[in-house]
Amino acid sequence: MHIDKDLVAASATPLVLAILSEGESYGYALAKRVRELSDGELEWSDGMLYPLLHRVERMGWVTTTWRTPDEGRRRKYYALTDAGRATLADQQRQWAAVTRALGGVWERVAAPQPTPGLA
Amino acid sequence: MAALEAQITEWRDYVGRARGVRPPDVEEMEGHLREQVDALSTAGLADDEAFLVAVKRMGAVDALSREFAREHSGRLWKQLVLTPDADAERAPGGLRSALVLAVLAGLAVHLPRLLGGGLGEEELAAVYLRNATLLVLPFLALWFALRRGLDRRQLLVVAAPFVLAAVLVNAYPWDRATSTGDSVAVTELLAAAHLPVVLWFAVATASMGGTWRSHERRMDVVRFTGEWVIYYTLLALGGGVLLGLTALVLEPVAPGAVEPVFEWVLPSGAAAAVVVAAWLVEAKQDVVENMAPVLTAVFTPLFAVVLAASAVTYAVVAVRGEFHREVLGVFDALLVVVLGLVLYSTSARDPGRQVGLLDRLQLVAVASALVLDAVVLAAMVARVGDVGWSPNRVAALGLNLVLLVNLAGAAWLSVRFLAGRTPFHRLERWQTTYLPVYGLWAAAVVVVLPLLFAFA
Repeated sequence: MHIDKDLVAASATPLVLAILSEGESYGYALAKRVRELSDGELEWSDGMLYPLLHRVERMGWVTTTWRTPDEGRRRKYYALTDAGRATLADQQRQWAAVTRALGGVWERVAAPQPTPGLA
Repeated sequence: MAALEAQITEWRDYVGRARGVRPPDVEEMEGHLREQVDALSTAGLADDEAFLVAVKRMGAVDALSREFAREHSGRLWKQLVLTPDADAERAPGGLRSALVLAVLAGLAVHLPRLLGGGLGEEELAAVYLRNATLLVLPFLALWFALRRGLDRRQLLVVAAPFVLAAVLVNAYPWDRATSTGDSVAVTELLAAAHLPVVLWFAVATASMGGTWRSHERRMDVVRFTGEWVIYYTLLALGGGVLLGLTALVLEPVAPGAVEPVFEWVLPSGAAAAVVVAAWLVEAKQDVVENMAPVLTAVFTPLFAVVLAASAVTYAVVAVRGEFHREVLGVFDALLVVVLGLVLYSTSARDPGRQVGLLDRLQLVAVASALVLDAVVLAAMVARVGDVGWSPNRVAALGLNLVLLVNLAGAAWLSVRFLAGRTPFHRLERWQTTYLPVYGLWAAAVVVVLPLLFAFA
């Protein structure tokens, strides 16, 4: 299934914030987690994650630290701030409203439609 | 393995050259790429296959670069014209249109002199006083309109302030009789002084592509303004030297020619430089980009020291002495300079940078300016109580208030930012949100103040 580009873009920020609310993380792990969560259906080019992460940093929703894990290369870790948590809660409410509205309308769409013109 | 390393190095160099991508970004993404390659190798892919898949997952570098550029417009705001479909690099030079418009502006400033043959010298001076910026800035706005490719509706939005202002300042029945000995009414003088600010906002509207919605574009306007001032000053200095030398060379052979040169060349040059400076800002961005942070770094500490010392002095003197009448105007000028410094260093600051000495010094400068101004303002308000309102006092007090509110907000947010309680982004947002207030206040002085004081 192909998910529309705009939809992917709109869901990217809440998705990243939500993953970070489980604990701090870094780019590669975040991209991997997104892939797991969506069963590979949300197609991102992984690079796009970084401008997005920089944006949420600029908005003050995450803080960053460069650290070197025991084995391996230096990584930039992202951790959610209180402002980020508040934004996440707000986005959750917005998405809930959207899915609620869609849910209501889907039921009717799924029901058989009268042929236009005869009604 | 060596082949893989070579491939990764090549990829890293390629990404590193992309617009808007900085070395730490490359390092971050390289780490990502390597982990991806490792994971794929573990899953059984050969090195080169793993590399190809990992690079593919990373995404096309030009799309990536565009995304970085959009997020970090401050890093390369010269690509101001990042339209949504901007695969195109920035619009081609614009040099030719800049030169044509500069020449036109240079000619336009002589229109009143050429057409108004019947006017006396004083009347002509008054015409110039009111219309000088109206003759020049439309060309700058037009240049931006061409560069940004504004549609008809956006053109109207940009043109409206010019037309309205031209009609109002020339149609208002300025009452020069009441003014003391001058050939210009006080409100006329005030309107003329505030008009450039109003028109600059119209130019800014054109430079932002006809809309004020984007806060990032507003910040670009701040950068543009700061750098335009730098370039204009440089051009003015060079032009002054050139004219001075010309006068010295002409003096011995044709003494009669010196005055006309000043009379005709100087205004044209000053008008043309307005457009040329704008072109320089857009075209030769990187030259000033290196200079601007240095200038702010030099002047912020100096201003902090001077202002702090003045604040202490004034706080002591104010208790005993009485202020001179015109002092509020001086302090308005001071606040404007401090605000300019704050705005410019805000726009030049890399939002990701850690809190540094410069941020603290800037806070000292702003806080001192606030203390100074509060002292003067208190004295002034007491005076107004004594002698009533006059156009000058209203204009000076209003401007003071506008600046004071902004700087107080900036100081408060700086304190929170320095304490790590708020991101730098909030400071930027405060300044960009406040930006239209200056334009509105200036418009009020041009349009409403003369009505309130019966054009006195």
